[in-house]
Amino acid sequence: MNTYFLQVFNGISVSSIFMLAALGLAVTFGLMKIINMAHGEFIMIGAYAAYIIQNIFSRYLPASIFDLYFFVAIPASFFLAGIFGWVLEKLIIRHLYGRALDSILATWGVSLVLQQLARSIFGAPNVDVKSPSWLNGALLVLPGLQLPYKRLFIMLLVIACMTAIYFLMYRSNYGRKIRAVMQNRAMAASLGINTRKIDACTFAFGSGLAGIAGCALTLLGSIGPTLGTNYIVDTFMVVVLGGVGSLWGTIAGGFLIGTGNTTLEFLTNATLGKVLVFTLVILFLQWRPKGLFTINSRSLDE
Amino acid sequence: MSVKTFLKTPSNKVFFVIVLLLLAAPLFLSVFRINLLGKFISYAILAMGIDLIWGYTGILSLGHGVFFGLGAYAMGMYLKLEAAHGKLPDFMAWSGLEKLPAIWAPFSNPLSLIFIVLIPAFLAAVIGYLTFKNRIRGVYFSILSQALSLIFVVLFIGQQAYTGGTNGLTSFRTMFGLPLAADNTKYLVYYAAVFLLFIVYLYCRFLIGHRFGKILIAIRDGENRVRFSGYDPAVYKIFVYISSAVIAGIAGAVFVPQVGIISPAEMGIVPSIEMVIWVAIGGRGTLIGAVIGAILVNGLKSGISESFPEVWSYFLGLTFIAVVIFMPEGLVGIVKKYAGRIAIRREKKDKTAEKAPSVN
Amino acid sequence: METVLEIKDLIISFDGFRAVNGVTTSVQKGEVRFFIGPNGAGKTTLLDAICGRVHPQHGSIIFNGDKNIMHYPEHKLVNIGIGRKFQVPSVFTSLSVYENMEVSVVKKRGIAASLFSEITEAQQEKINKVLTLVDLNNCAGKKAADLSHGQKQWLEIAMLLVQDLQLILLDEPVAGMGRRETTKTGELLRKIAQHCTVIVVEHDMEFVREFASKVTVMHEGHILDEGSVEQVQKNPKVIDVYLGRGGENCA
Repeated sequence: MNTYFLQVFNGISVSSIFMLAALGLAVTFGLMKIINMAHGEFIMIGAYAAYIIQNIFSRYLPASIFDLYFFVAIPASFFLAGIFGWVLEKLIIRHLYGRALDSILATWGVSLVLQQLARSIFGAPNVDVKSPSWLNGALLVLPGLQLPYKRLFIMLLVIACMTAIYFLMYRSNYGRKIRAVMQNRAMAASLGINTRKIDACTFAFGSGLAGIAGCALTLLGSIGPTLGTNYIVDTFMVVVLGGVGSLWGTIAGGFLIGTGNTTLEFLTNATLGKVLVFTLVILFLQWRPKGLFTINSRSLDE
Repeated sequence: MSVKTFLKTPSNKVFFVIVLLLLAAPLFLSVFRINLLGKFISYAILAMGIDLIWGYTGILSLGHGVFFGLGAYAMGMYLKLEAAHGKLPDFMAWSGLEKLPAIWAPFSNPLSLIFIVLIPAFLAAVIGYLTFKNRIRGVYFSILSQALSLIFVVLFIGQQAYTGGTNGLTSFRTMFGLPLAADNTKYLVYYAAVFLLFIVYLYCRFLIGHRFGKILIAIRDGENRVRFSGYDPAVYKIFVYISSAVIAGIAGAVFVPQVGIISPAEMGIVPSIEMVIWVAIGGRGTLIGAVIGAILVNGLKSGISESFPEVWSYFLGLTFIAVVIFMPEGLVGIVKKYAGRIAIRREKKDKTAEKAPSVN
Repeated sequence: METVLEIKDLIISFDGFRAVNGVTTSVQKGEVRFFIGPNGAGKTTLLDAICGRVHPQHGSIIFNGDKNIMHYPEHKLVNIGIGRKFQVPSVFTSLSVYENMEVSVVKKRGIAASLFSEITEAQQEKINKVLTLVDLNNCAGKKAADLSHGQKQWLEIAMLLVQDLQLILLDEPVAGMGRRETTKTGELLRKIAQHCTVIVVEHDMEFVREFASKVTVMHEGHILDEGSVEQVQKNPKVIDVYLGRGGENCA
């Protein structure tokens, strides 16, 4: 039972990373109807940002403050991935509005380039990011059940980000503008909202979230140029399950996929678990073709 | 259809020329190159299948590697058993199996090659029914189809005793008793590939040449309008999905004897998207574009990535971005545009010369 | 007179909001019936229900006396004789005008028929006749994407006309049209009405006044009044609904 509980706990902490990455994806799709296949590469960028910060700390700064590097790494990942996102939006995404399927393809080209870029700069082999020492060890909950601090920290980090997103989206002027553009772009524009600017900022913000997710991932293992591709499909499944463009749906979807994955993998094996999750998602979509949380619209289609 | 009417359309003419060139290729290329070209032909077959569903019907499948792989594995299983001569295939013995698994048993019979077509068709029918009947479409379908390819890779790697795991199926020896390493067999396999390319092209032409093809395009343009015109789009989509999966399966089966190996790496997410790239670069919605795109991109790939593997990723990525954004009609689109301009200019000249009204 | 469409106690709600709230009405054969009312009155939702796009929570829609619309999937409704034109012109833009008509004219719509049977001569003639009627016979080879907004609307109407329908539903057929195009659409409407019953949702009151045989005024999901144009215009409740929102010109 304890092993199962630990599995589920680990599952939730990994899926909380998915949630963070998927939130960025959900917001950009809801806002611009763009599916960004390079989103996984922003996770990768965030992870490498953490790697760079770690290297700077270990090389140029006294060893005594090395453990603090992670607090610099988090915002650094956010901003670096955000800057890449902003540039991507300005250069490429803006040409793809209203072409959802094409956006998948073009952004996949972007991901190819970004991966190769990482390979050229950091080399193809994986690199390790050393976790700060205060995250080593585990919290003893019950005899035989220890929750690793790293994973607890990740969950706290995600909760903190979610809270920030909530306030940004539902309590700030900027969030009100985002939601206005999401619901009715033309109307928002005619009310004087600069929709182009909102798009670019939101895209950068979503990319930044993926960056933080990447930074968190460095705590769980080594990182490499293809880091993003390993997570992107799961992230997409989270978005599909939750309902594309819905924030609450994304959170619920992330939770379901994460716990579902670990539960089924625990009950069967890693391979079968993945297959079962996929089958369940397809079966679920039979019942609700547009995901858990749908936005009703009266437009015909197209 | 007579040869004459077939050659009336410009794209058929171009295709005919390509087939002639492919038939003549063994005269001036080495066996090694012919083998490579044969592989590209299998990709060209695959590309036509993808064009049917994506270019014509507007459904972006990011999981066609699965169907390609299933066809290839069916072929591979047959070749593997032929190579094993009634014994247990090598990798099974390594994984500790003692008896041939039940799913392998039928593949000792050449008739089992029908599975090359049946298995992809069955899978496409099930997936298509579950998604299209429920009107799951657009990006939702694309994402699900991508997950499909991830699942199959995981499944095939995980079930090592039955699939050969990461290494896949390899070290085939003979095909219908002919040694695969011999030059003559290689030529034979190559010509078989060209023949199948021709057959698949005719089949696709047949589909899109009739009202059926127009309905596919109509579904792409406005699925609901099609529905309110009295058609059931789901039935059409399932049919096209199956057709395109079967074509992919055939392509996989053509691939295996030329390349000598099939592994899960061929059916993953990355190759599945690359297949779409060929069609996009050649020109979606035109069969000839798919054929040209597949051969051209893969030709370039083996040319560039042999000597500069790094450059290739940048090149492919950037080309793809540029094509999708700036020339969504692909190479064929560009040619058509220029040909159109020339035709208009010529028409103008004709008109001023003869003052005869042209009838379309 | 023969009743073509019988709507009874219809209730349609989205997430608790009742877009159509207890509508009962019947449409007679040969009528040109207009549904009017302010935005959000439930007119388009009503059309959606008649063509099977949304499923009512309560009530019934009976076509031709014995056919319950809710028992038919959307694509089968054309077979029993109901067709719909959407608000935003939805024609197949990559196909030529003629091909658009070709896809619409056939009666057998299965895969085998689409692959093996050609258009008959009678069907070709029919297409040409209808294209002449909507003034598109000169553009038969043109791509639908290259048509003007008005021409697209007419093409969509033409696609309905070749289908031998008994009931045609038009959602704002003159929206976005100039005066001349509107008049032309009106004339077209008259010709259509000779063969079949038409239900129109429209905001253009001048258009309504000129072509309606009977008007149903809707407000917040239910029927406010029904009758001839003159009749409903005198109804104080109707005036209130319209004037309260700034007069009919703004409707």
